[in-house]
Amino acid sequence: MEKMKRMVSVLLLMFMLLPVSVVLSEEPKAPAPAGQEAVAPAAAPAPAPAAPAWDAKFAADTVWVLVTAFLVFFMNLGFAMVESGLCRSKNAVNILSKNVIVFCVTVVFFWLVGFAIMFGNGSPYFGATGWMLAGADNSPATGDAYKGIFASLNWTGVPLYAKFIFQLVFAGTAATIVSGAVAERIKYFSFFVFSAAMAVIIYPIAGHWIWGGGWLATLKTPFLDFAGSTVVHSIGGWAALTGAILLGPRIGKYTADGKVNAIPGHNMGMATLGMFVLWFGWFGFNPGSTMAADPDAISRIAINTCIAGAVGGVAATFVAYMSLGKPDLSMALNGILAGLVAITASCNWVTPGASFIIGLVGGVLVVYAVLFFDKIKVDDPVGALSVHLVNGVWGTLCVGLFAADIGGVKGLFYGGGTAQLISQIIGIVSVGVFVVVVSLISWLVIKAIMGLRVEKDEERQGLDIGEHGMEAYPDFVGASSKRT
Amino acid sequence: MKKIEAIIKPFKLDDVKDALNKLGIQGMTVTEVKGFGRQKGHTEVYRGSEFVVEFLPKTKIELVVSDKIAKKVIDTIVETARTGKIGDGKIFIYPIKDVIRIRTGEKGQKAI
Amino acid sequence: MKKIEAIIKPFKLDDVKDALNEAGIHGMTVTEVKGFGRQKGHTELYRGAEYVVEFLPKIKIEAIVSDEDVEKVIETILKTARTGNIGDGKIFVYDIKDVIRIRTGERGKEAI
Repeated sequence: MEKMKRMVSVLLLMFMLLPVSVVLSEEPKAPAPAGQEAVAPAAAPAPAPAAPAWDAKFAADTVWVLVTAFLVFFMNLGFAMVESGLCRSKNAVNILSKNVIVFCVTVVFFWLVGFAIMFGNGSPYFGATGWMLAGADNSPATGDAYKGIFASLNWTGVPLYAKFIFQLVFAGTAATIVSGAVAERIKYFSFFVFSAAMAVIIYPIAGHWIWGGGWLATLKTPFLDFAGSTVVHSIGGWAALTGAILLGPRIGKYTADGKVNAIPGHNMGMATLGMFVLWFGWFGFNPGSTMAADPDAISRIAINTCIAGAVGGVAATFVAYMSLGKPDLSMALNGILAGLVAITASCNWVTPGASFIIGLVGGVLVVYAVLFFDKIKVDDPVGALSVHLVNGVWGTLCVGLFAADIGGVKGLFYGGGTAQLISQIIGIVSVGVFVVVVSLISWLVIKAIMGLRVEKDEERQGLDIGEHGMEAYPDFVGASSKRT
Repeated sequence: MKKIEAIIKPFKLDDVKDALNKLGIQGMTVTEVKGFGRQKGHTEVYRGSEFVVEFLPKTKIELVVSDKIAKKVIDTIVETARTGKIGDGKIFIYPIKDVIRIRTGEKGQKAI
Repeated sequence: MKKIEAIIKPFKLDDVKDALNEAGIHGMTVTEVKGFGRQKGHTELYRGAEYVVEFLPKIKIEAIVSDEDVEKVIETILKTARTGNIGDGKIFVYDIKDVIRIRTGERGKEAI
């Protein structure tokens, strides 16, 4: 126990000292207003870029990117509420703590290295410039006028810091997905370290392939994922899958003869609150991924997002009603999220009619996926795999099926042939293999050094007391009885 | 003195309490409990897994009364808590040795 | 008739209930309680301030049984609720004067 504590404190210390040395040599990056280029020490004296004017469009784009980033940030609360609501009260503090720390860890590591690996210039497999955002960058210049270290983001005309915070909150979302699937049995600090691995290696490398100008983005027919069905949701889902398999099911999830026991969540009000917060956040997640206040696109994406989520909820409710006997609320919540995940990849390129079908299939898939994972004894207390992994894959395929020649993307059903669909499958498989392998290695290293799962007695008593020495609901003969 | 403990359907609590108040019963303790007897619970489904909820929510009332009104109290509870359907609950009657009011130290009948 | 009251570890409830059902006991009341005996609680931390939670969560089971069933029931609870670790709980046995089924008005053994 003491050894463990010392190890964790050393870890935390390193975590805090790492950036300090670099901070001192860092140069602040001011937004480059009209006519001024940012100092670019590495770049040769470039011809003055087509000066972006400090005009209304520039301001609107920047505000749009920032506001949608803030909406996506708010999704952290959504995850915290969904996950703690669908778990038992004796683990509520633990789950809330994980959701709090995972975002904080992501911010630090994605800023230090993650963003550079994902969007920095480099090889088709990973980026290697822009550690801690340091280096030449003349954003908001776009296209060929852009000179700097993040060429893969040269298509959006907003300041670098706006690009960064928007990508940062996405990275946070991917890491958070893991938390739900491993809930109620994982050691707190083991999860902490895995979150760092997500932000440093897993998310940025696979992300670089798709959004960072890597090999998937440069296929003959490029792999397309508009807002992250694969980049965010499948990556999180695959990592969650390996974690849930390695941990094994919670005590009491299965009877001795292998029957599934229900372990009902402790607060359906929290779970519902969380779902609506996530849905609200998705209006930033998808429409914000334009990274520009493009009136047509953001309106189309908003309505596609809304329809897919709503239809997913209806579909899951009816599938639960017909095949399980009752319209299970927890399934309806998962169904809405499933529809939202499914529309994420294609939200910019499909019609509202296609969104309806995409959400419908998502809502049906999620219910059967929950039953399937239960059956193969992968215990996922909140349905994270069924929502993010299964529908992340489905949503990614949808680009190749339903893209309706909007922005030049054509899917199978709109006369585009199978080219796009094949690219989508290549992307799904390669990202899946990469994330499974690397996350498996990460989990195993963590397991060897600090262990993954809490002791049996601690799990029975609840992780709140064992890991945190604190209860979520202590009022009845708890601490208050000691006061006068 | 007797201690009377009644397990009743939760929605009957107000009726029983009002009826007992009318009898002049001044105090009682109420607890949320779960239990089962002849009534055997129901099946719930959570995320596709069926489970039987054998313990149903009930309300437990505890009160201590003098011997001479014990019968009246029991009759009142039976009358007001009864719906005629299975699950109406039970009344348990215990002998009790003494009662003490903490504030004053009074004992026995005076402390009720 | 006797009332048997057992304080047990919460995760043992299902085992005890199933064993009692098999032993022919078909009704009981359970309550979430907190308490302590030899097991002395644990230290929690709230914003840097330590405090000892002496009262630990337990489950109280109450069942009314006929005199000849008493030993069998006690044995069953002992066997199923025991882990061998401190904090396994206790069983209390009380005298009971009468039992009334609210729905029918039956009394005594009939009402159990």
